Amino acid sequence: MTGQATTFLRTLMQQPWGLWWLQARRLVRIEVRRNLLTRRAWWIYFLAFVPTMLILIYLLKARHPQYQMAEDTMVLAGIVQFYYVRLGIFFGCLGIFSRLIRGEMIERSLHFYLLSPLRREVLLLAKFAAGTISALALFGTAMVANFALMYAGFGAAGQDYVFNGAGMGQLEAYLAIVILACLGYGSVFLLLSMMFRNPTPAALLVFAWEAINPVMPSLLQKISVASYLRHLMPVRVQGEDIFALLTVTTEPVPGWVAALGLLVLIAAVLTYSCYRMRTLEIRYTTE
Amino acid sequence: MSDRIIFDNVSKFYGEVLGVNRITLNIPPGVTTLVGPNGSGKTTLMNLMTGLVQPSSGTISVLGLKPGDADRFFREVGYCTQFDSFPRGLTGFEFLMDSLILHGMHPAEAFRLAQEALQRVKLTEAAHRKIAGYSKGMRQKIRLAQAIAHHPRVLVLDEPLNGLDPMARAESLALFEELGRQGMHLVISSHILDEVDRISDRVALITGGYLVAEGNIHQVRREVRDKPMQVLIRCDKPEVLAAKMFEVNHCVEARMHADGQGVFLRTGDVDQFYKLVNEIAVEGLIRIEAVAPADDDAYSIYQYLIGSEGGPAR
Repeated sequence: MTGQATTFLRTLMQQPWGLWWLQARRLVRIEVRRNLLTRRAWWIYFLAFVPTMLILIYLLKARHPQYQMAEDTMVLAGIVQFYYVRLGIFFGCLGIFSRLIRGEMIERSLHFYLLSPLRREVLLLAKFAAGTISALALFGTAMVANFALMYAGFGAAGQDYVFNGAGMGQLEAYLAIVILACLGYGSVFLLLSMMFRNPTPAALLVFAWEAINPVMPSLLQKISVASYLRHLMPVRVQGEDIFALLTVTTEPVPGWVAALGLLVLIAAVLTYSCYRMRTLEIRYTTE
Repeated sequence: MSDRIIFDNVSKFYGEVLGVNRITLNIPPGVTTLVGPNGSGKTTLMNLMTGLVQPSSGTISVLGLKPGDADRFFREVGYCTQFDSFPRGLTGFEFLMDSLILHGMHPAEAFRLAQEALQRVKLTEAAHRKIAGYSKGMRQKIRLAQAIAHHPRVLVLDEPLNGLDPMARAESLALFEELGRQGMHLVISSHILDEVDRISDRVALITGGYLVAEGNIHQVRREVRDKPMQVLIRCDKPEVLAAKMFEVNHCVEARMHADGQGVFLRTGDVDQFYKLVNEIAVEGLIRIEAVAPADDDAYSIYQYLIGSEGGPAR
């Protein structure tokens, strides 16, 4: 057993990690530029920053008495839980990640990468990293802006809440949720885009699955990105009426377990995606 | 390391549609032309060779390497595909630089090789323009530049003369010829057989997914025994020569050359035929200027073995 482990480790060390790192960095640069600096991405910017614009208008137009801070904190939590996790990041990631492989197949340019001295797994993971960086650049920035604008109107009291109260912890939790949501939805949509010519119907099924997931048995609830993220919310918002459909009510789980569970789910999805990439064939005529 | 490209009983089916069937090939260095009508399986064979599609059965190795071992395989292989599309928004130069840096090269080395490749395909002036604004011929050239930039030992070219003007065609052929002389493997598919024929060492004829014949062009021609060889003899009295040649029974057809200064003769026994021509030349009654096979080329072999359905251009 020890001998096998040593051989495995030696094999692992002999891999051209330096080359893979160099290739991945180049690919990430190409992809991030392509994801963010294109007119086609306008609607993803819109998805990320539409709450920011609304909060900015609210900041400029409304008064901010100190007693309203608790209510605004709930509003911000609601925006993260109901808008970003369930709609904004969901569809933003659909736009970004489903284009990484499928988009290049539609544009008939994927073969250039497959004809490079580049392991297909490195290609896939680099594209996934690029998609994640692009999504985080948009939704992470939007989240920080939302948070800053939401408490800016409260002046010194808001500053005190952010730096001496619960504020900074909440921001960190929201950013962790954004990161995990981008990774989770990103991995799912990347895989769907490799499995289906048009991944949108499958993505809508995922959307429906996420909506009905709370009524599923406990085991099935684990196959959901939103159910893990729910446990990381620093402020609990209970949905009412139509929002109840968008609310995931799973059994309470510690935050680290939820994060780890989601990371395991992401790793499983990416491993299967690597297998699909390994066996991918270029037949553009069928696209 | 082997110096061969080997297909061992390779088949490829796209669902129920046959791509290629039971192909066995052993290709040595030099220029090899894949000849066959549209849809015969030439591109499938090239895609199989480079791992863009996986064989349904059989194995393929290129210089002893498998396409799955991409790190090593694509350092040795360059593939200029027929797909006329590129990553969006790039200039020709950026396209080459991205490709070379993915080989793990230092940017300075990548810069040098990109410049060299652009010079070889004569595209230096347009290098910093967006590929989207290139003509079809320029796009063909930049694809070729990308395939040769890293100095591969095997170059796979799918219809590399498509879209090129006559001057660019001649330049490309000269480049292929030079690369072949340097000991590289060149596997070319082209419809313009007349031009490719001049630089080819070997042909592989494919139709309907099946390999019909392969080998040195002259050997393949000699093996097509049911089609008598055609020989052009340039001389001052072609009619007299034709009459003399018909006195022997293995001469089956004679056709005058358009300029009246030669005759095309078909013979079932080429050795006897040449012996007789020598005797006539020695007699001195007819002044023979040149004797050359007239159907000892890829195009004629194609016509004999495959026919003219969707045939190649000359």
